[in-house]
Amino acid sequence: MKFLEYLAKIDRRIIYLILVISIIIPLIKPLNLPVGTSHPVKSLFDFIEKQPEGAVILLSVDYDASVYPECHPMARAIARHVLSKNLRLICLTLNPAGTGLALEIITQIPNEYNKKYGEDYVFLGFRPDITATILGLGEDIRKIFPYDYFGNKTDTLKIFKDVKNYDNIALVVSISGSALPVSWIYLARGRYGQDIAAGVTAVMAADYYPYLRTGQFVGLLGGMKGAAEYEKLINKKELATSGMDAISISHILIIIFVIIGNIGYIFVLKRRKK
Amino acid sequence: MNISHDPWIWIAAILTLAIFSFLYKDNPLYKFAEHLLVGVTVGYYINIYWHNAAYPYVIKPLFIEKNLLTIIPFIFAILYFSILIPKYSYFIRYPIGFLLGALNGMAISPEFKEAILVQTKDTILPQFSLSFDFLNSFIIFIGTLTVLIYFFFSLEHKGILRGLSRIGIIFLMIGFGASFGYTVMARISLLIGRLIFLLKDWLGIIS
Repeated sequence: MKFLEYLAKIDRRIIYLILVISIIIPLIKPLNLPVGTSHPVKSLFDFIEKQPEGAVILLSVDYDASVYPECHPMARAIARHVLSKNLRLICLTLNPAGTGLALEIITQIPNEYNKKYGEDYVFLGFRPDITATILGLGEDIRKIFPYDYFGNKTDTLKIFKDVKNYDNIALVVSISGSALPVSWIYLARGRYGQDIAAGVTAVMAADYYPYLRTGQFVGLLGGMKGAAEYEKLINKKELATSGMDAISISHILIIIFVIIGNIGYIFVLKRRKK
Repeated sequence: MNISHDPWIWIAAILTLAIFSFLYKDNPLYKFAEHLLVGVTVGYYINIYWHNAAYPYVIKPLFIEKNLLTIIPFIFAILYFSILIPKYSYFIRYPIGFLLGALNGMAISPEFKEAILVQTKDTILPQFSLSFDFLNSFIIFIGTLTVLIYFFFSLEHKGILRGLSRIGIIFLMIGFGASFGYTVMARISLLIGRLIFLLKDWLGIIS
């Protein structure tokens, strides 16, 4: 009985320590547990997969460093998929702190596929005011972004010769740790009928499923698991995949903690009643 | 083991450990890292706003390209700073009023369509069929109805209302449970991200 009482009062630091150990071990010695593919992730993959060569995908890097392990692998995987399929990539950010992260993607991934800046891909940078920016992209991209991130006039970039607004964009993918994907639905889809997909942190994922069901999102990546699934689909395993074993083990551990905590709690309650 | 020689990796690793030290207890190292983060973030935001907004869209067109139309938004922007002068602080109402009016006008119609009409349409039951789609729609229909009844406070929850609101609570609890599960995954993912950085980029233990 004393043991059950101890369980109810276990020091949180011991739990932290056990949790960290349970994560470190599978990182050092991977178990290679299988990563399945869920329907929302496959839908997004299939949508991009079926686009004709030269189609334009707009990737909005709407997250910051605080959600890097969840969102960054998604953005990298999608950028890779787009460029490997010979589609064109327009990248921008509606989160000022996302500028550096988007820049990392745009300076690394296109080089893997020998893509030309301004022709196969472009980085428009950050522009304040979400509503005006999303609506403005539906009128004329070159007016809302007269210059790209590097100071080039967007008028002079080859990619914008046949890309004016949402009419010429096959899909907008918003990767975010906030409510920005919903703004894309409300404004870009609501006003211009633009197809939207989202990659969101696991905290946000449950809130976004209703939009997936209605078809307002063509696909949805939820948390590191969603990113790992996409990495598997494009056959390029990176950060998200390497964290999957650790996630599985730590989840089992947390389930055990929840059960033990409840047993201890019930025991303490019964004892108080006596 | 292949420890990094990059000083920036070392700084990032030490700051990560400084933040993690809060898990043991509050300490000056944690406080230092926390304040540094706030300071760096503010500096970074000012820099980004200057280079991506203020300079290319206000300063450059107005003072270099002599596009006089830009003077209108420029004056509106300047009015925001009137808050710093108590005697003229009421001037801030004009840009705020303009922004609120314009943005609401632009956003209300598409938001109403996508947030209310499309979502409401999804709760309407489709024609009966023996399929998972129908079952899903039926669960959503019952869930939406009973949760709305749970939050209906104009009548006392007695009789059938009590029964339906109880079903609503079950739906709410399942929803909270799903959200909690996802939250656990999110927080663990962030921890894994930092631990991968420490073990891979800093210590070189994993490849």
